[in-house]
Amino acid sequence: MSERRIRVIVAKPGLDGHDRGAKVVARALRDAGMEVIYTGLRQTAESIVETAIQEDADAIGISILSGAHEHYFREIIDLLKSRNAGDIIVFGGGVIPESDIPGLVDMGAGAIFGPGTSTKDCVEWIQKTVGEKRSME
Amino acid sequence: MSEKEGCKDLREGRKSYDERVSKGLARQPEMTETFTTVGGIPLERLYTPLDLEGMDYCRDIGFPGDYPYTRGVQPTMYRGRFWTMRQYAGFATAAESNARYRYLLEKGQTGLSVAFDLPTQIGYDSDHPMAKGEVGKVGVAIDSLADMETLFGGIPLGKVSTSMTINAPAAVLLAMYIVVGENQGVKAADLSGTIQNDILKEYIARGTYIFPPKPSMRLITDIFGFCSGNVPKWNTISISGYHIREAGSTAAQEVAFTLADGLAYVQAAVDAGLDPNVFGQRLSFFFNAHNDFLEEVAKFRAARRLWARLMKERMGVTEPRAMMLRFHTQTAGSTLTAQQPENNIVRVAIQALASVMGGTQSLHTNSFDEALALPSEKSVGIALKSQQIIAYESGATCTVDPLAGSYVVESLTNEIERQSLEYIDKIDKMGGMLAAIEKGYPQQQIQDAAYRFQRAVESGDRVVVGVNKFHVEESGGGRELLRVDPAVGANQEKALDAMKRARDNVLVGNCLDAIRAAAKDESVNLMPVIMDAVRVYATEGEICGVLREEFGEYRENIVL
Repeated sequence: MSERRIRVIVAKPGLDGHDRGAKVVARALRDAGMEVIYTGLRQTAESIVETAIQEDADAIGISILSGAHEHYFREIIDLLKSRNAGDIIVFGGGVIPESDIPGLVDMGAGAIFGPGTSTKDCVEWIQKTVGEKRSME
Repeated sequence: MSEKEGCKDLREGRKSYDERVSKGLARQPEMTETFTTVGGIPLERLYTPLDLEGMDYCRDIGFPGDYPYTRGVQPTMYRGRFWTMRQYAGFATAAESNARYRYLLEKGQTGLSVAFDLPTQIGYDSDHPMAKGEVGKVGVAIDSLADMETLFGGIPLGKVSTSMTINAPAAVLLAMYIVVGENQGVKAADLSGTIQNDILKEYIARGTYIFPPKPSMRLITDIFGFCSGNVPKWNTISISGYHIREAGSTAAQEVAFTLADGLAYVQAAVDAGLDPNVFGQRLSFFFNAHNDFLEEVAKFRAARRLWARLMKERMGVTEPRAMMLRFHTQTAGSTLTAQQPENNIVRVAIQALASVMGGTQSLHTNSFDEALALPSEKSVGIALKSQQIIAYESGATCTVDPLAGSYVVESLTNEIERQSLEYIDKIDKMGGMLAAIEKGYPQQQIQDAAYRFQRAVESGDRVVVGVNKFHVEESGGGRELLRVDPAVGANQEKALDAMKRARDNVLVGNCLDAIRAAAKDESVNLMPVIMDAVRVYATEGEICGVLREEFGEYRENIVL
């Protein structure tokens, strides 16, 4: 039985235009053998969740450097739950103060990767977390 | 030739040096086989006059204040006056930002630089659904003239110069600034400052676009035309490489894409019937100061020389002031690390010194905590003092263009100019910068460079102190970070609602109709009708809303 490739949505919610990190991560995940859908800028929580469900994604990676992380993590995670897609893993990165991370994790974010993270760490975390999720299904 | 005698002949000396070195290398190899700048230019072990053969001092370097301005745009540079120390700042509400501006002016800052929040930068009022969670976050929220009056309350606009980082809706914010000036009794002709107004780099790298390229270029040339007659001391555009570099480009790409954007603006304005000898004097530039000290100094010098040559030779400009590349610099935000953030103070100081050695006209130094959050008052203070130390203590400002004649700096200046021109030629062949952006060419080049850099950091080929080497586990807890009051969005919405009920809404409607009519007719300059609308407190969102309906909206061409 061949494992389906891991499918990740890399998303830029809101008005933030900083997409260097999102694009570098998207490429690194692709180079690691994952299927990556990059949303482009200015997405709403609705459009991101819709894409994730349509594409049957394993995970959504949210990139925010504008300070709107609390708002968008909450919206996306709540929407996923209300659409019975709460099993989709949510993680993220950007300029996010360390003291805000516990709050995001409480909401349901799996991991927050700050500046200076190696893409290898990000890849390994996704592989491990998706693997655990699949083994429970 | 023995070592005691020293060098009698340059070529012989060089040969002998190379022979001695290569013998020694077997015993004691260098740390790596090849050395390159951060931008990827190979660096030789040693530069000598041999590397500058074919260079002509008068033609290629010249004198400060003289074409091709390699050594600077003014004859005496910092001996006459220092650069403008201009810290970019804008917080949540107009009232808070006003307080920060007064604090900075009191601390000796000599110009203001306004950061707007993202809804303002993208033409949405604070009550727009897309503004949720973003109001007041990365800068000040401005919905109408009322906010602008608060922002500049008690600050005499005739005496300060103000830079506004505003692009797609630049016409609206400039109109508001002019009206605030009018109400203070300051004539538009006496206002000085800069609007960024550089839409092309928004498509390439920064992301705060609204309209498609064609109407966006019209807004820009309308501003050029309006300001030539009415606000002659205003810098009508700040053609920006900063964000291109932040997005991951090399130094040479930063110069190339910025100057290619510049050429596109000049051509559009010439096509609109404007004289480049006149509007060319009001063009300004904005560059990044990155970590590689020598490469950065060379980059600024190369950009200045190449722009002068392009304006003279290609655009046929005869007025010297329209050939001068005057620029603002900001230190590289992307080099700031969240790990061991105090190290960033040193990075910023080196970057700032490079921009001064490169002849910048104004400078923003980043605060050391910006990879963690928006800067605190303490960290902003250190950033500004770093500039003051360079200005008053380092001695680097006492002689003009002090690194000129350095074999390596002149070589790198030549190389960056050469590489930039190669990119510009490629862009020309694609049909100019607009066509190149549509093809995704600059975006692709930048992303490739960003990815290469990331790989190099992860493989350890590029060392980032505290991140991939000399790493120490530490907790960032307990740091004093700036927090935006979560009530800002709701308060801003409330104030907006009250303002809308107090103003004359019939007048507002008429003014918005006039903007719609003007938008349909390309021969009309949009600035006067926008001024009329902001005077009666039409909001930014309303004005941009009408323009969105008339012009349409830009959709990103996703390149990965």
